[in-house]
Amino acid sequence: MNAPDHHPFVEDPGSPLPPLEGHVSLGRFERVLRAGQFAVTSEIAPPDSADAEEVYRRAALFDGAIDAINATDGSGANCHMSSVAVCALLSHIGYSPILQISCRDKNRIAIQGDVLGAAAMGVCNVLALTGDDVSAGDHPEAKPVFDLDSISLLSTIKTMRDESKFLSGRKLDMPPKIFAGSSINPFVPPVENRVDQLKKKIDAGAEFIQSQYCFDLTILKDMMARAVDAGLTERAFILPGVGTLASARTARWLRTNVPGVYIPDEIILRLEGAENQKREGQKICVELMQQVKEIDGVHGVHIMAYKQEEFVREMVAESGVLDDREAWAPEDTGAIA
Amino acid sequence: MYSLRRFATRHSRAFEAFYNFAEPVILPIMSGLSKLSGGRLDAPMTWVEKQAKGALFDCQMCGNCVLSSTGMTCPMNCPKTIRNGPCGGVRENGNCEVKPEMRCVWVEAWDGASRMRGGDKIHTVQFASDRSKRGTSAWLNILKQRELEAAGRVKSAPPRTQ
Repeated sequence: MNAPDHHPFVEDPGSPLPPLEGHVSLGRFERVLRAGQFAVTSEIAPPDSADAEEVYRRAALFDGAIDAINATDGSGANCHMSSVAVCALLSHIGYSPILQISCRDKNRIAIQGDVLGAAAMGVCNVLALTGDDVSAGDHPEAKPVFDLDSISLLSTIKTMRDESKFLSGRKLDMPPKIFAGSSINPFVPPVENRVDQLKKKIDAGAEFIQSQYCFDLTILKDMMARAVDAGLTERAFILPGVGTLASARTARWLRTNVPGVYIPDEIILRLEGAENQKREGQKICVELMQQVKEIDGVHGVHIMAYKQEEFVREMVAESGVLDDREAWAPEDTGAIA
Repeated sequence: MYSLRRFATRHSRAFEAFYNFAEPVILPIMSGLSKLSGGRLDAPMTWVEKQAKGALFDCQMCGNCVLSSTGMTCPMNCPKTIRNGPCGGVRENGNCEVKPEMRCVWVEAWDGASRMRGGDKIHTVQFASDRSKRGTSAWLNILKQRELEAAGRVKSAPPRTQ
């Protein structure tokens, strides 16, 4: 390594990977996808704490089971440790985090600064989100920003990366090598236009897509078939989102109170009828992962296991979606696991 | 006015036809008046635009009008001011996640666009609005932009990704 001593990547495992042709980033997540492997991602809720060890503890729960870790950005408009910080910490010890950027809290000046700063600290992936409104969270009195939306944010990242300049036109000395993605929700109105929305995101620069919770595969399959027909799955990697539901009560609560969560009645009835609802919720998640993998045009799966992160490894193993592959993990997990 | 706004979306095709007919008339008149008055009529013309578009579309005077690309539905009425919507939080009944009593602006926009001859423009990626133009006349801004482009003096175009 020629990096100076103070550089965070002076030692493995956090060293950036050597560049590969046809790749926009130096990260592992893009490599897994471009190599044609079925990728698995999940997310950590950044802690309400200034403790870096807590971030490492939460990440270690996924070791060997997932290819990239999303760090949510004030999800549900609730305040937590910043996603930039979580991703910097994780990159430092070799993980492949996905930096979620929500347009709710920052304007284009702050966001472009964050993209550069995150890339400098080794972050290779960004998920562009518009974000929940402040009224959904624990600081409803905050000023919502929404200077950009998710699609403008994708254009912004693409401008910075491919044209090596800020939106103002001012040149960057070194562009951020970011693999950019965004989210979709195929289950809410206007359902018939969701594939158009997907196309707009890909046109704007999305190279991967993670979706909102999928509990209704009929709707997902319909959208995927249209995406395949439109050639969209050749242009971006699609990772539908699956989730664990702790109980029928949780499912009902989520469906009523969290914007954009669609859970069909059958799923709730199945949970209600189960002896162990939590276990049943995990079984549903495993089945969904297996079924999602069979859908044409799907390149991976994103697991949302809020407050059930410790079961992700088990569920991935049970589903067999990784086949014989084991995802990357730091060598010495004993100290932090 | 909410009911008029919904009316405009339902009749987006008629409004589109009217606009396509009126634009080549209104813009040159505005341009002439602006020049003749040395800019002194810009404020009254902006007022007229605000009243007309405000009544029909709940126009928020962002100064970067994209109505013809958004199914004749003003995206600045979206609580998140999304220019490429909708977001993923739309309610099952098609209403807004932030204002449950309001129809999602973008559900309306896609619906409006489907009735328009030039409705395909909704597929074009729009960049975020230029906030420095807030409160100014979008029509006069179009004229200024055209003059700058004609003179080859466009400083920095917004990102074009298509």
